[in-house]
Parts: sequence; structure tokens; C-alpha cells
Amino acid sequence: MSEEFKVEIVNPETSFLSKEDVTEVIVPAFEGEMGILKDHISIISFLKPGILTIHAKSGEHKFYVEDGIFEFKNNNLSVLTSSIFDLKKIEKSRLLNLIKVAEEEASKQEIDDQSRFLIDQKIEVLKSLN
Amino acid sequence: MASLDDLKKRITSVKSTQKITKAMKMVAAAKLKRAQESAEKGRPYSEKMNNVILNLSNGISDKETAPKLLSGTGKDKIHLCVVMTSDRGLCGGFNSNIIKKAKNYFGEILKEGKVLKIITVGSKGNDQLKRQYGNKIIENISFKNSKNANYFDAEKVGRIIIEKFEKEEFDICTIFYNQFKNVITQIPQAQKIIPLNTESADENELEDSYEFEPDEDEILNNLLPKNISTQIFKAMLENSASEQGARMSAMDNATRNAGEMVDKLTIQYNRSRQAAITKELIEIISGAESL
Repeated sequence: MSEEFKVEIVNPETSFLSKEDVTEVIVPAFEGEMGILKDHISIISFLKPGILTIHAKSGEHKFYVEDGIFEFKNNNLSVLTSSIFDLKKIEKSRLLNLIKVAEEEASKQEIDDQSRFLIDQKIEVLKSLN
Repeated sequence: MASLDDLKKRITSVKSTQKITKAMKMVAAAKLKRAQESAEKGRPYSEKMNNVILNLSNGISDKETAPKLLSGTGKDKIHLCVVMTSDRGLCGGFNSNIIKKAKNYFGEILKEGKVLKIITVGSKGNDQLKRQYGNKIIENISFKNSKNANYFDAEKVGRIIIEKFEKEEFDICTIFYNQFKNVITQIPQAQKIIPLNTESADENELEDSYEFEPDEDEILNNLLPKNISTQIFKAMLENSASEQGARMSAMDNATRNAGEMVDKLTIQYNRSRQAAITKELIEIISGAESL
């Protein structure tokens, strides 16, 4: 029996990626990283800033995501996100810029605990990439 | 009757107008193609988003505790209308159609004695509405500097709307935009985004039970603001495709009209030229005869 399922990543402007031969996806879900294999129970959750890893027959792909939601149903994983970058293609200057913006945000006083948590997370992930 | 020289000038001027309208038509056609493509590309996102929300809202048993963005404030006293138009003119009835639709709606709301607040997106809508509803317009957003409709701009509008909702500045929010059907038809739409219309839920297969992590409420709270931006973005995409379509057909008409005018003027020019020649001949002949 094949162990593959389908992954679709869409962002508002275009359908970012669609793959049929995926064996495992690791998503940075809000409550912790989560590995999804075939025949996982139907689930909806949202993402925190992190690295989304796709293991496919054709190789491994890594993406940086900032926010969004994902839905797994009938062996179909859909990821909806407004900010996603392919780690292979992202330029260093872009990365540095992202860190700068995030740090500026983090230095603001009036943000609540949840967004502070998210921003700290974001900075951490971005720095580990750098 | 206009002199020959005047006619000649007229013809050249109409011809150069025709050149401009023709060029504008070409530009609109090229832009339309791009706008249509991005509208199509953007569709999966909003559809998926919608599906997830329908699934989620079905999972919520207690409507009382449902997020306010979904169920509304329970009142319908203050209406916020977001009128989305273009930033540029010369696109036929594109802007007027939205405005007409919006004005009808405004009239109804005011007749029922409710409070009306307006946000205009795009400067043309603001221009047309400010005379009659100037005191009702609370915000005017324009994206003159952005070349194409992009999600970043949509998010900006979404954030403004949500901010106002959280401050309880309105109960019901409706957006007005043109839906792109084809190049000659654009349908003005009024879409309610707060509270969200979940009535179509029955049509989808919803028997699946989901696992939610964290719980439904929290996901919905996270998702609904995003959905608003998504809806706005969708409207912006539809609008930009419609705008280019409308401009293309308007400019096509203008080019054709200019062609007709050139033909008419050319005939008139030839006639008067011939009349002048005939007149001169008569003068010469009668002059010769008198000798």
C-alpha cells in the first residue's frame, strides 16, 4: 500500500505548491510541531512561525511560514498561509530584513502576551536560519 | 459653415484622440489578462478558507459563545459599508454601477432609521459619494501607488475594519464591489462580511468530524480576521479584473465612435472642398463669358 498523500499549499495570490508524492509533513502547529503521515485523523489547526518540512519521494523541501492554518482531511493536507518562503530561494538580505522588522515589533510595549510569544518565536526561527 | 482649414484641424484632432483611446484599449486588454489570471489564482485560497470556516462554525454547538465576528453583535443598528471602486476613471460605467448599487442600499438603511458609516476604497468612489454622503464617510483608503491588487493592501483594509468592529463602532459590515463576469458584463455585488453568512453550510458535505487543536473557538478567533482580509482581497481582485474589462470595452467604443466621426468629417471636408472648386470654376467661366 502506498504511503503517499497529497499536499497543497496556497497563499492568497497564487497556489504556491501542490505535491502528490508526499510521505510525511512536519508542520509548526500552534501547540507544537506536528508530524503528519498518511491516514492521520481529520484535523484543523493553525500555524506559528516556523519551518514546514515536506518529505516527498522526490526529496525534501523546507519552507519558512509565518502564520496560517492547515486542514488535513481524506489524505489531503491543505495549508493556507499568507507568508511562506522557500528556504532554498530566500535571500540573505530578505531574511535580515524580516528579522529587523520582527525585532522592531518585539520592542513595542503595547503588545499582548500571545503576540509577544509569536514574535519571539519568529525571531528565534529566523535567527536559526541565518 | 466651417472653413476647410478648420475641418482639417478637427479631423487631425479626432484622429489623435482615436490613437489615444486605441492605445488605452490595448493597455487595458493586457492588464485585463493579468488581472484575470491573478483572480483565478486567488480563488483556491478563498474557497478553502470558506470551507474551513463552514466546517468550524458547524462544529460550534453553542451559538452564544461563538466569536462575534461570526455571529455578529446581535444588533443591526449601525451599518458599515465598504465601497470599493477604482482609482482611475475612463472605465465606462464601472464606478457608477457600484455607486448606484451602494446608494440604493444607503437609502434603505437611512429610511429604516439606522446609522450609516461609509469607508471608501479607491478615490473615484470617494469623489462620487462625498457630495451626498460626505458626513457619513469615516475613512477613505486609496492604493494609487500599488500597481496590482495585493494581499498586503487587503490586509490593511481588513485590519481597519476589525479594529472598528472591536471598538463596537458598527454592527453589520457590507462590502460593495464589481464581480467580473466577462469583458462587457460586470455585476455590482453587495456582500455581507460581518456577521458571516454561513447559511450555505448545508450544501457542503460536513459529516466529517475534525480534531481541533487548540479548540474551535480559538481557531475561529484566529481565522475570522484572516477571512475578512481574504474576502476583501477577493473583492479587490474581482474589482481590478472588472475595471480593466470595463475600460477595455469603453475604450473600444470610444475608438469606434472616433472612427465614425473621422469618416463623417472627411465626407464633410470633401464636400466643402468640391463646393469651393465649383465656386471658383463658376467665377472663372462667368468672368470669361462677360468678356
